[in-house]
Amino acid sequence: MNLESIPLQAFLIVSSALFCIGIWGLLNSRNAVRVLMSIELMLNAVNINLMAFSSYVDNNLIQGQVFTIFVITVAAAEAAVGLAILLSLYRNRVTVDMESFNLLKW
Amino acid sequence: MSIAITTQFICFTVLSLVVIIGALGVVLLESIVYSAFLLGGVFMSVAGLYLLLNASFVAAAQVLVYVGAVNVLIIFAIMLVNKKEDLKPINDIKSRRVISTSICLTLLSLLIRVDLTNVWSLSSPQNSIGEESTIRIGEHLFSDYLLPFEVASVLLLMAMIGAIVLARRDVMTKDISTGLPVDQELIEKSPEPLLTNKN
Repeated sequence: MNLESIPLQAFLIVSSALFCIGIWGLLNSRNAVRVLMSIELMLNAVNINLMAFSSYVDNNLIQGQVFTIFVITVAAAEAAVGLAILLSLYRNRVTVDMESFNLLKW
Repeated sequence: MSIAITTQFICFTVLSLVVIIGALGVVLLESIVYSAFLLGGVFMSVAGLYLLLNASFVAAAQVLVYVGAVNVLIIFAIMLVNKKEDLKPINDIKSRRVISTSICLTLLSLLIRVDLTNVWSLSSPQNSIGEESTIRIGEHLFSDYLLPFEVASVLLLMAMIGAIVLARRDVMTKDISTGLPVDQELIEKSPEPLLTNKN
């Protein structure tokens, strides 16, 4: 095995695994805080992907890094608003169980 | 392989193992507090992966924003809503677990297949830009990405105001448009305060 550097595929596989773990947590969590944490995991997986591509494919104009900065910004805003929604839900329902948030259920 | 490459490989292996195992711990652990702290570890390891990709500015931003702000916010939210409650059992939980796990594994195999079989058009000298990347990001942010940069500031302001409005304690008693009294059953279920005195 004679490699000059870490292959791009290694980063891609790590980010794929992280993304799928995030989806699993999103689908299976009962606690609403854990759902938010799973969303953060998925956003991080996307960021790893962007960073790997910007370093391996587009290493002069590092546009992937700029995109990662924007994704981090949006993730911070999402976390703040999501946790505010969670607090107001908790105030109304006195629970964080995802199964009890069924006001919009058909 | 030179010793620098070997060191890179060892760092990458350790960091990616921490990322994957930590993420599994985040979704699988019983205690939500342990999950939150493991999430901080995952964020730090992702910042380490960014350092391996020669992106020191984004790594610093990751540590500052994710570990310093988002994770602390999550821990505060856990502190505010952490209440021992017995969850109602779901009767078809087994089939749900099986279906969601199979969906995730299918997606994972699909993604890994794409990762491994696609021919990426790699540029020949990898990571050639090095420490100049911070300067490049600054040039991007003030030339061709200027509009998204400004819109991001508006977005952050909106998120800040929205979070304050959503998390406020007082609720309106009258509907703004019709003037009718609001159904309080829908708005405020419990009169008890959030931070109850335990002792």
